[in-house]
Amino acid sequence: MNETATLDIPVSQGDEDRYRLKLGPQHPATHGVLRVDLELDGETILDCDPQVGYLHRGFEKLAEHRTYAQNLVLTDRLDYIAAMANNVGYCEAVEKLLAIEVPERAKFLRVMVCEMSRLTGHLLWLATHALDIGAMTVFLYCFREREVLLELFAELCGARLTTTYTRLGGVRQDVTHEIMMKLDTFVDDFPACIEEYETLIDTNRIWLKRTIGVGQISGEKAVDLCLTGASLRGSGVDYDIRKHMPYAAYDQMDFEIPLGETGDTYARYRCRMEEMRQSNYILRQCIEKMPPGPIVCDDAPDLVMPVKPGRKVEVDTSARNGLIKLIEDRDVYMEGDIYVATEVPKGELGFYFISDGMGRPYRMHIRSPSFIHIGALATMGKGVMVADLIAIIGTLDVVLGECDR
Amino acid sequence: MEPIRIAEQLQGEFQASIFGINEHRGQVTLLVDRNVIVKIISFLKKDHKMNHLSCLCGVDNKKRKAAYRERFEVVYQLYSIENRTSLRLKAQIPESDQTIDSITSLWTGANWLERETYDLLGIVFNNHPNLKRILTPEGWEGHPLLKEYKLRGDVEWKGFEELKKKAVQLRQFDFHNAPTAEEAGSDE
Amino acid sequence: MLFYIREIMQILIIILQIAVLLGVVLLHVAYVTYFERKIIGHMQVRMGPMIVGWHGLLQPIADGIKSFFKEDVVPEQADKPLFLAAPVICLVAMLAALAVLPFAEGWVLADINIGLLFIFAMSSLASYGIILAGWASNSKYTFLGGLRSMAQVISYEIPMGLSLVGVMMLSGSLNLTEIVTAQENSILSIYLFPQAIGFFVFFIAMLAETNRVPFDLPEAETELVSGYITEYSGMRYAMFFMAEYIGMMVMASIGTVCFLGGWNGPFAIPFFPPFWFILKVYGFLFLFIWIRATLPRYRYDQLMALGWKLLIPLALLNIFLTGLFKILVP
Repeated sequence: MNETATLDIPVSQGDEDRYRLKLGPQHPATHGVLRVDLELDGETILDCDPQVGYLHRGFEKLAEHRTYAQNLVLTDRLDYIAAMANNVGYCEAVEKLLAIEVPERAKFLRVMVCEMSRLTGHLLWLATHALDIGAMTVFLYCFREREVLLELFAELCGARLTTTYTRLGGVRQDVTHEIMMKLDTFVDDFPACIEEYETLIDTNRIWLKRTIGVGQISGEKAVDLCLTGASLRGSGVDYDIRKHMPYAAYDQMDFEIPLGETGDTYARYRCRMEEMRQSNYILRQCIEKMPPGPIVCDDAPDLVMPVKPGRKVEVDTSARNGLIKLIEDRDVYMEGDIYVATEVPKGELGFYFISDGMGRPYRMHIRSPSFIHIGALATMGKGVMVADLIAIIGTLDVVLGECDR
Repeated sequence: MEPIRIAEQLQGEFQASIFGINEHRGQVTLLVDRNVIVKIISFLKKDHKMNHLSCLCGVDNKKRKAAYRERFEVVYQLYSIENRTSLRLKAQIPESDQTIDSITSLWTGANWLERETYDLLGIVFNNHPNLKRILTPEGWEGHPLLKEYKLRGDVEWKGFEELKKKAVQLRQFDFHNAPTAEEAGSDE
Repeated sequence: MLFYIREIMQILIIILQIAVLLGVVLLHVAYVTYFERKIIGHMQVRMGPMIVGWHGLLQPIADGIKSFFKEDVVPEQADKPLFLAAPVICLVAMLAALAVLPFAEGWVLADINIGLLFIFAMSSLASYGIILAGWASNSKYTFLGGLRSMAQVISYEIPMGLSLVGVMMLSGSLNLTEIVTAQENSILSIYLFPQAIGFFVFFIAMLAETNRVPFDLPEAETELVSGYITEYSGMRYAMFFMAEYIGMMVMASIGTVCFLGGWNGPFAIPFFPPFWFILKVYGFLFLFIWIRATLPRYRYDQLMALGWKLLIPLALLNIFLTGLFKILVP
């Protein structure tokens, strides 16, 4: 029998107190397929090395062989928890590249689904973060609200998870009166639900002990690590793309950006709870201010259904070309590059396109917040205990689909 | 300060190293010499408060229709949170010498972004603390995002081949050749 | 041969009593798991088991049958004799503690004069099983889990013992039956009010001894994937599970006997003297389940700090105050 089999990875002489442990990729707390190689001394982590790439599907390579409209489907699978937000981000980027103007109603609809997906993203974050720290009941309460939102998504576009709702030039389908009524009820009831979650954990001594002072980073350190989203705002840095570079109808919405002070897990938690309340308020404004009108612009690239009668469409069916003759007389596919960022629940999602004048992008790069946040884990995880590492992974709010693309 | 003014000021400062200024759809791009990239970016970070690194990626120019100087490019997107201006820098890298200085000394977060660029395109970053593959599995050969790399390869990944062989090997332990209805029934 | 008929009859009666006790306790254990799932389910806006039997009442039997038939996996590198012995040690130690619990006047299997001490000895023996399980499984996760769990159990045994010293001083005996009868002289015939600090310390130490939330870090799923029981499957896993729940019931019974007056109640129930005892034990178990549904869990160092820095000084204070009380009020 092998006595040394338990601690069988050799460590250097004099370091017999350290040993190596691998957390994941199959692990209930790592939010996807993430593997973290740890070097431990007792309970304290001396070295933390996250390994990603288990979910790498090669979106950037795929995008070079598909048209802009076909690439839209890939974006659902990025942050699959809040799929609508990714769709909106992609469409904003491509529309800026191709200089397509979106009608007003479509802008408001995009803001509406973006905020709904922000709520689903944050509710899932709260559920898993609380579950990791041990409060099981918050998990189920959050999913109860999330269920309502997912049912609305299903009514709106047919899918709960991979929605592909927006299109280049507008959105896929208009909202019906029933959907607005249900959303109205939800928006009325939601603040009471947030209060319910808070009574369970906000002033609980154990929760405070587990989150205050854990994973603390200052504002400069957070910017140095290139964090974005609530992870950055928890440290007091005022950076929200909806205010800095407004897109869709955000410049017509009235909302605040909550900022934290201490930069620890508790500050980020409070930031996200306040963001949920602000999202609710934005949804209320969307319902009230929704303008009538078309949902797709007249000269949108193809895949608008149903095709307007009387509009001539000549489709070049040879698979290689990818150009739709309808818009060949428009000088949209100019050469050039563009970088457009939007605020998804996880942070700043950016799309960098290089266009070569063809119907397919020459290069598409996705700037994913989760990738950078897991990179920051390598720095934030040093010197903490294993239980705190789980809390830090939860507070950075990572989704591996977005990280690996 | 508007991005175009910043670009002009930079051109005034580092005359020989700025190869061109480009503007498209309202966004300003600067083409810079790769040898002074760290100096230029730290100048922008200090003097123009461009403290947020939005994006760092690599591009393979091989199949571009327009004329290009060198095969590879590294694109840096900077943003100033205080002044709310953004700027893009591009540094071109020849195929013969695929190296460029790393900016991890300026941003710790650039570490993983540069690892990804190395992994997918093969661009080596000097002075990088840990330049290893990040998205592709260990032992992967080739850099996937190069234009000559096929989208669908010819051979299966050898790790998968080993897995299939192992599955065939383990089939000898399969006692139940075909689970009956009761056995495959209600199990938690 | 005829000489020993009486002794043989006595032995047979004792064996029968043991069988009845074991049967009742194991049935209770099975149904405590069912009620835990149901109560936590309803607290979490869902139903819990509903399918097996009417409203899921046959669920524990289905679980038992399932663990019986599951394949017994012993890891290749594991230390086989220790691996197999560990759950048995845990279970036997916990079951042995049942022998001294008084369910009613005269309803006790072994009325020994050191009943309380015996129970402590047995629960310490159970922690031996835990560390053996962690070590013998020969895997890093279980090793860490076993170490953590054992350190936690040992640290919390001290405040638990100290909190019960106050009870011993007031009642003047370690015999559990005498502790209950001595309580009839107190307010409402329970020791809860004179020993409020002791009860507080005992309650928290009880949660930690049985590895329940908020002290369940050693077996928390999201931390170390079940800790020291990761490598066990089938019947052995069921044995650990049973040992944990029997531990819960034993601790709840100690709490009832020492602080809540055992089988004393406002009015006597004919034909069923243990009624109040059972009701109080159920109350404790409901509290355990309620706490599990609500609270998050402590981090390991916070857990240890709580035991050593808060509970032990409180328990010592309790002993001091009880002693003072005994001298000043004859």
